[in-house]
Amino acid sequence: MTGFETLRLDGVTRRFGGADALAGLDLEIRRGEFIALLGPSGCGKSTALNCLAGLLPLSGGSIWRDGTRLDTLPPERRGFGMVFQNYALFPHMSVRKNVSFGLRMRGLPRAEIRRRTDDAIRLVHLEEHAGKLPGQLSGGQQQRVAIARAVVVEPSLVLMDEPLSNLDAKLRLEMRTEIRRLHQNLGLTTVYVTHDQEEALSMADRLVVLRAGRVQQIGSPEEVHTRPANRHVADFLGFRNLLPGALLADGEININDLGVRTKGTPVGPISDGDAIVAAIRPEDVLVRSGGVEVTVEVAAYHGREIAAEARTADGLHLHLRTSQRLAPGDKVSVVLPPDRLLVFPA
Amino acid sequence: MSGLASESVSASTPAVRHRLAERGIDPQLFLLVPATVFVVALFIYPFCYGIAVSLQPAQGGALAAYRAFFTDAYQRDTITTTLAIALPAALFNVFAAVPIAYRMRGRFRGKRLLTTVLVVPITLGTVLTAEGLLNFLGPTGWFNRILLSTHLVDQPVTLTHNYWGVCLSLVITGFPFAFLLVLSYLSGIDPTLERAAATLGAGWAQRFFRITLPLLAPGLATTFCLTFVLAFSVFPSAILVGDPTGGTRVISIAAYEAAYVRYDYAAASATAIVMGAVELVVISIVLGLRSLFYTGSTAGGKG
Repeated sequence: MTGFETLRLDGVTRRFGGADALAGLDLEIRRGEFIALLGPSGCGKSTALNCLAGLLPLSGGSIWRDGTRLDTLPPERRGFGMVFQNYALFPHMSVRKNVSFGLRMRGLPRAEIRRRTDDAIRLVHLEEHAGKLPGQLSGGQQQRVAIARAVVVEPSLVLMDEPLSNLDAKLRLEMRTEIRRLHQNLGLTTVYVTHDQEEALSMADRLVVLRAGRVQQIGSPEEVHTRPANRHVADFLGFRNLLPGALLADGEININDLGVRTKGTPVGPISDGDAIVAAIRPEDVLVRSGGVEVTVEVAAYHGREIAAEARTADGLHLHLRTSQRLAPGDKVSVVLPPDRLLVFPA
Repeated sequence: MSGLASESVSASTPAVRHRLAERGIDPQLFLLVPATVFVVALFIYPFCYGIAVSLQPAQGGALAAYRAFFTDAYQRDTITTTLAIALPAALFNVFAAVPIAYRMRGRFRGKRLLTTVLVVPITLGTVLTAEGLLNFLGPTGWFNRILLSTHLVDQPVTLTHNYWGVCLSLVITGFPFAFLLVLSYLSGIDPTLERAAATLGAGWAQRFFRITLPLLAPGLATTFCLTFVLAFSVFPSAILVGDPTGGTRVISIAAYEAAYVRYDYAAASATAIVMGAVELVVISIVLGLRSLFYTGSTAGGKG
């Protein structure tokens, strides 16, 4: 394997028609890491991946593999594997030919090509389908061919561009574990692009959260999940309640229309009197006596939980999740635990 | 009460179109009737009429006109003459269109203008093209004057009133067709396939010959058939920029002479039927080869 110790992205920038699709991405990828690029559509995550693969020229910055500069090399000389969102399987080649394509391009001996192709096909459990054309396979099988084709060449880096977004929910969960298992067993280094925060949190060692072409936060899943760096990251990571207000003295905050003062955990530089946004996940809102009176407006069944939208007497909307069976019109009392209520500068 | 009753009746007996649909009949297909009548009246009937006329010569048996065509070398050789012009011209048009269309398959500034420039010769018509060829490439045209004045040649190069004049004319008028067809076939090939091949280590030549060309081949076969048929029925340019009594006496000239010089309608019809048969043979061979290629979807998976 053409391994590396670190792959460094140095201010990688890509402009489309004057607008920055990706602005100054700095990132160091260590061997064996699973990195997820996470963000809403149009945030630059696919641009970053294509720049890394060599499919898009950079407008600025550089990419280094240990001491070698990579961004001037064409894609075929970077030795990365890539899994495309639509799989991009060669429709006129059988599964076996698709998987062996990269090995044949490297001009390896025939016996080695056959052995490694067989291994890769076995790895993704497609032995019975090896002779079929991609058009004869289901979406999940096509996706596994795409993964086998990318990893068979033992690339120093595997790039995945939303590989699960075309699959149904059940298959998506299975493939998540499958990809993570391949990553560990083969000792791959993976950069994975997704807009699905659950996917990113459950699969990656490190997350890079992007918004409008700029890095918002880089950190472990736990860091990003519990301590989003700013309100945009919080918004993207499931803090559905973003409540505007102001910071008072003594760490107390006043959330508009909530009716009572409360306390929260400040993130970032805020001083007394500043406008703030208080963020809390629906599942962290506790339905408990002694809090704020709210009226349930919408209640949606989610198995063990009810996801409800409620409103305070002054008209503030709150999303909450609870195991209590709430129905529209119910009046309940909710508490916002200070350690879960993050306070960001507005 | 009566409203309810009629509703229940119509609910138990499905609408006529649903009953037809169950038998695989779409009533909207009847809209094709006028077009079918048109084709029958203007193509199939004259075709059958032509066969009938060709089998009723003034003298001899039913096949006398065909026997006369194939025994007379002057008539028979028009087949090879025409093939010698039409096959290279069609091949050249298809293969010249591939690299140009390949470079132009993406989106770039000025694509529309460039496409227009490449396609304009379609609108010229053969007569105008022939006139231009005679003026530019004739013995006193600017092409030969430049060659002579730069002393590259001692005598004018003969590019008109011979084989090359007809070939050039067919290339000028046939290339835009081939180019447009190849461009549309190429645009139908998912561009991520080549990107995937690149990430797997394939250089541009491998990407083209292993991914794009195999997916394009069926389209090239179809394009070749269409340009070949256009070239095979060459008539005006064979006369205007060719040598209609010698090197470019093509089969359509033979048919024209039989019909309007000798007034032998049986011979003319027989010649036309032979012409169609030769085209059919070439097209069958090409389409037979086409079926050896992958002819399915050119997308890389779920889009």
